[in-house]
Amino acid sequence: MSDIDPGGARPRKHLVRSYDEDLNRLSSLITRMGGIAERHVAMAMEALVERDEAKANGVVAGDPEVDALEEQIDQTAIRLFATRQPMAVDLRVIAMSLKISNDLERISDYAKGIAKRARRLNDQPPLKPFVTLPAMAEQVQEMVKGVLDAFVDRDAEKAMAVWRQDQDVDAYYDSLFRELITFILEDPRTTSVCIDLLFIAKNLERIGDHATNIAEKIHYVVHGVQVNRQRKEEAKA
Amino acid sequence: MTDAAPAPDRFSRLRARPEGFEERSKALTARRYARERRFKALGLGAILVAMALLLILLSSVVRQGYGAFWQTYVRVPVTLDAAVLDPKGTGDPEVIGKGNFQKLIYEGLFGLFPEAKARPERRQLTRLVSSGANLILRQKVLDDPSLVGTTRDVWIVASDEVDQFMKGAIARDAPPAARPLKDGAIAAIDRLEADGRIEQRFNTLLFTQGDSREPELAGIWGAVVGSFYLMLVTALLSTPLGVGAALYLEEFAPKSRATDFIEVNINNLAAVPSIVFGLLGLAVFLGLFNMPRSAPIVGGLTLTLMTLPTIVVATRAALRAVPPSIHQAALGIGASKVQTIWHHVLPLALPGILTGVIIGLAQALGETAPLLMIGMVAFVVDAPSTPFDPSTALPVQIYLWADSPERAFTERTSAAIMILLAFLILMNLIAVLLRRRFERRW
Amino acid sequence: MQGETALNATALALDPPQAARAAEAGPKTAPKMATRGVKLWYGAKQALFGIDLDIKANEATALIGPSGCGKSTYLRCLNRMNDVIEGCRIEGEITLDGEDVYDRRIDVVQLRARVGMVFQKPNPFPKSIYDNVAYGPRIHGLARGKAEMDEIVEQSLKGAGLWKEVADRLHAPGTGLSGGQQQRLCIARAIAVSPEVILMDEPCSALDPIATAHVEELIDELRHDFTIVIVTHNMQQAARVSQRTAFFHLGKLIEVGETDQVFTNPRERMTQEYITGRFG
Repeated sequence: MSDIDPGGARPRKHLVRSYDEDLNRLSSLITRMGGIAERHVAMAMEALVERDEAKANGVVAGDPEVDALEEQIDQTAIRLFATRQPMAVDLRVIAMSLKISNDLERISDYAKGIAKRARRLNDQPPLKPFVTLPAMAEQVQEMVKGVLDAFVDRDAEKAMAVWRQDQDVDAYYDSLFRELITFILEDPRTTSVCIDLLFIAKNLERIGDHATNIAEKIHYVVHGVQVNRQRKEEAKA
Repeated sequence: MTDAAPAPDRFSRLRARPEGFEERSKALTARRYARERRFKALGLGAILVAMALLLILLSSVVRQGYGAFWQTYVRVPVTLDAAVLDPKGTGDPEVIGKGNFQKLIYEGLFGLFPEAKARPERRQLTRLVSSGANLILRQKVLDDPSLVGTTRDVWIVASDEVDQFMKGAIARDAPPAARPLKDGAIAAIDRLEADGRIEQRFNTLLFTQGDSREPELAGIWGAVVGSFYLMLVTALLSTPLGVGAALYLEEFAPKSRATDFIEVNINNLAAVPSIVFGLLGLAVFLGLFNMPRSAPIVGGLTLTLMTLPTIVVATRAALRAVPPSIHQAALGIGASKVQTIWHHVLPLALPGILTGVIIGLAQALGETAPLLMIGMVAFVVDAPSTPFDPSTALPVQIYLWADSPERAFTERTSAAIMILLAFLILMNLIAVLLRRRFERRW
Repeated sequence: MQGETALNATALALDPPQAARAAEAGPKTAPKMATRGVKLWYGAKQALFGIDLDIKANEATALIGPSGCGKSTYLRCLNRMNDVIEGCRIEGEITLDGEDVYDRRIDVVQLRARVGMVFQKPNPFPKSIYDNVAYGPRIHGLARGKAEMDEIVEQSLKGAGLWKEVADRLHAPGTGLSGGQQQRLCIARAIAVSPEVILMDEPCSALDPIATAHVEELIDELRHDFTIVIVTHNMQQAARVSQRTAFFHLGKLIEVGETDQVFTNPRERMTQEYITGRFG
């Protein structure tokens, strides 16, 4: 029994091999969907920073694939519920896969939103070189990537590390918000551009939130307890 | 746990078929079927042989014995002369009972053959009717004293020689020295037959009379009553003892060396030759306790010893066949052990127990050897009125008759065997019916 | 065992903090039945290795575990059904409302009237439906006449959800019912003597899913009036009907907890592996 990792999230195989195959398929679907969502975020930011219309179009065009994956995950999970009556860690993995796929779909949606706004901004003269926004985007992408790695590894520690980064994203957003408000006050003609940028920042912040949600779900998969309470305590501290 | 995916040829050795496999497989299958057919034929053959032997045995018994259910009677005009029977006209049965009925029958017979005057001829005539016929006539008159003083045709039991002659067992053309009937007697029989004065009728005497030296008067009644008392004593003693012992051993006794020893001994006891039980009965009941010789009570006690193991073994098997779930169900709602047994286990085991008891009794009914040892082989004429009176039993009666020289006893032996078999079949039938009546499914 | 009990009692008396703790926990969570260090041997083979388990009142406690893990053996200790097995030896303490059930003053027949049992295979007596239910009350003298007995039988059958189906044929044989009805008849028979605890040894393993659903529904109703301990091989069933679940393995109690917790997030790895189908 020493070959089992102590967390118990990756215990030994099921007696029924096809059960393991189904579970692995579900995980790989999530990973694939996560990979696409992560790429969409990266491409949308590149479309904005590099003023690359083609990349923006690529993000918008890629969205249906994400939706299809989400549906596939839903069906796989529901079939597993119906046929395997999962218990304990299996139950948690399958139930959380359903929710994580929803988060990933939202992340991809926000990426699409950023890409659309990038397309519009590209028609306007640049306001000023982007500094804070790419940094924030990098942070958010790092979170999405980290949370996907944590999912693959069933690593609650890694997930919680991502979870803590959310505060940094919030800080970025606050500073961006103030910066853009200053621009608008200085030159009201920039208002529409600034509002687009503000929305992009907001989308990035939401992506960070969803990554955080996924981190919480990974924590639940591994430990079987909700993380919310800890968060409140930490927030107080 | 096997991590590797199954090799594509995992079952290659299983799928590989050797050269010429199909033909060999077919031959093997054919041989298997042939063996099956042979086995079935063998079983069927064994049953047929057994049935044939049984049929031969039964048919020979029936062939020899059916004649005993018929008895030849001679119609004799008997004058129940009041001067002979009751000269003072008292009507007192004691007086009438002392009358010489023999003489009345003979005189009636002589009346039919007025030409026979000489003593030897008359002697021949007297030998046509049973020497015990007077007793039957006497009983008839005692039952109805108004007959005294009348003359009427009475069917008188013929002697065993006449009976056998009428049934063809004594050949007419045998040399006179080799047959018990002289020519004169045969002529007399022929004349009686021509007159319609000789007839075969159903032999009620066989069922109502006790044993007798005269075959035509010998019946099984005494033996039947004796056997009945034997069975009564055996059943009353062996059933409670046997069932009780089985219950204790099966339900209460702790598993130990001692109970194992008892168990082995009970099983062995069932295989002990019955004559040994007879010796035991002789030594203990007669020798030690001075109980009456030839009495059904002693026979019953001896047969009880013999039946006990059968009943114990059968009862234990029946108790073991009661599903443990019934035990548990009763115990589970708080029935005590004794309640569980009395309310649930015994009723369910009853058919099996009854079968065991009846089979044991049937065995005892047919048992002869132990009864010989305790003196039930004596010649007893009267049926016993209590189990303490001397008596015979059916199988012993068969044994005694089989030993008798008279020709007529041969057919009576077979008849008695048939009656005994009928009783055994009846008992088995009762066993089957009881089974069906009490059997409950669970 | 007597000695041990006495020893425990002294320990309680001499150790105020422990006594205080016991008193504190007492009124709120006093278990209906409790076992401490129960060990059991069948001849030389040990089947239970020190089971400490509390069974709370008006709850269904499910015992799960692989075959031969001792859950049925443990169940049968609770009403001393193991007594009838030859060569069976028990150590430890089993209490019902604080009374040691192996105490000499406890009559086993009375105990089984208080702690009833329903078995794996429906085992109605080969008698009428009425007599099946009336048997227990009859031998325990619970009815003082035909009318009272009729009431007991009716209430028991109603309690077992069988009344509507058999009311018009009470004197038909109980063995003529369907499997699920037979099992409910057995439950009616068990509750007819008004036990405090009902032990169920895989009560649905011989039943089809519909009959199983009937019995499960019944268990959920009965637990409000009785304390129920159920052994089951079907984990979904344990999850559905019980409030607490205990997992046994190789004669040891591995884990016990709220059913919700045990089936979503078991504390012990072995429990997890068993309930997720990874054992072996």
